[in-house]
Amino acid sequence: MDGILTLLSFGPQGWGDQIAAGVVVTVSLALATLPLGLAMGFLVALGKRSDDALMRLAANIYTTIFRGLPELLTLFLVFYGAQIAVQQLMRFAGAESGIEINAFVAGMVALGVVFSSYASEVFLSAFRAIPDGQYEGAYAIGLSRWRTMRLVILPQLVRLALPGLSNLWLILLKDTALVSVIGLSDILRQAGIAARVTKEAFLFFGVACLLYLVLAMLSSIVFAAIERRVSAGGVMR
Amino acid sequence: MSLSGTSSSAELPPPVPARRWSRTRLAGALLLGLWALFGIGIVLFLVRAWNPDLFWRYAPNYLSGLWITVKLVVISIVVGALLSVPVALGRRSKHKAIATLAYAYVYFFRGTPLLAQTFLVYYGLGSFRPELQAVGLWGFFREAWYCAIFAFSLNTSAYQAEILRGAFESVGRGQWEAAAALGLSRWQTVYKIILPQAALVALRPYGNEVILMLKASAIVAIITVYDLMGETRRAYSRTFDFQTYIWAALIYLGIVEALRMTIDRIERRLTRHLRR
Repeated sequence: MDGILTLLSFGPQGWGDQIAAGVVVTVSLALATLPLGLAMGFLVALGKRSDDALMRLAANIYTTIFRGLPELLTLFLVFYGAQIAVQQLMRFAGAESGIEINAFVAGMVALGVVFSSYASEVFLSAFRAIPDGQYEGAYAIGLSRWRTMRLVILPQLVRLALPGLSNLWLILLKDTALVSVIGLSDILRQAGIAARVTKEAFLFFGVACLLYLVLAMLSSIVFAAIERRVSAGGVMR
Repeated sequence: MSLSGTSSSAELPPPVPARRWSRTRLAGALLLGLWALFGIGIVLFLVRAWNPDLFWRYAPNYLSGLWITVKLVVISIVVGALLSVPVALGRRSKHKAIATLAYAYVYFFRGTPLLAQTFLVYYGLGSFRPELQAVGLWGFFREAWYCAIFAFSLNTSAYQAEILRGAFESVGRGQWEAAAALGLSRWQTVYKIILPQAALVALRPYGNEVILMLKASAIVAIITVYDLMGETRRAYSRTFDFQTYIWAALIYLGIVEALRMTIDRIERRLTRHLRR
């Protein structure tokens, strides 16, 4: 028991610092992906409910592709694909320097597109739950399309989409574990290193699992608070 | 501006611009054009990178990888389905301890990454090698393949238990009461009344779970199981040819789409009495 505590302690003997650094990487990757995924998901949802067939088709192709590919494969496609693309560009430009693709950015993009394709479905069903009367009322009092969206639709949309989005956030948090494969020092990778060095694999992977559980619980608390706040203002339908 | 004709447009949703090439239309065409370019680019890339030697060398590997993936998903889903029944029953149990235990099980497997669970089983259980050897299970947990099946089955059983529970709870109490009033036994009630109704509710989530498992199965490549993803990684590490990943992506996309369409078709067939 003492040995375990030493292994998990902070400082030169323990792995506490490294694993804490891993937690920071995991959380910051998830937090960095969130706005990207939300924004793209919203745009794709707008595309899907556009009255133009071409736009709908373009948006649907996006979701079909990124919901159909395994997340790991998407990550590799982005990571290696970007590397090759950059190399080609550099060769085209005549430069001969090897540019490394940042694993964090590759992870952000890959997880972002996956998140956005699922988020677009959440936004879409939230859009469908808002009656046409809301638009008509807004146009009737002379709001422009943009202001209607910002002042009338979005506040209601957030409330309707929140449960689905909180679910997606939890999935995103778990999917960040995949970036350990392309060399980002997240929780899982740090735990893996510790496990290999100390030969206490069960302990460190168990700790990693528990840390993900703690993050999930903290997220649930935060989401419950946001939900309370968002639903406080409006009438429930 | 005339007033005639406004009466019918009053019921229409937001005003639709009547211009033929509105900005949305243009943007849609542009985006679609981008997708078309992207598709053509991939086809061109594959045509230019076409290499019969490479193809015939790795095509059998891809096929065997695909077979491993299918086997892994089918076995995990079936074992997970069997395991999910006691878990779902436990979730509904009146005993506080059993219900809490089942909830903890579900929460753990749904709250942690499958990759971490797989590592916990494959690398972690190695810490208990003497104990496992003592009970004769070491041969099982030494193999990455069995570890993957073990971890995946436990993981999907937690998800399936929730699907099962949700589906059963979606059938109203009145159905149970009516069946009891008709004098049906408990087993008859479940088999003839509850199950057919619950199955309709559960079909879509089950289908999604199969698709999620198929996509998640790619991670076994990391613990050295040569499934479709594993074979792809191996081929890429030998050739550094990006088309290996493109092929894998096309195969995965094809399977997922086929599955999705099959589920849609089954659902449409089973719910044809509900359509108006």
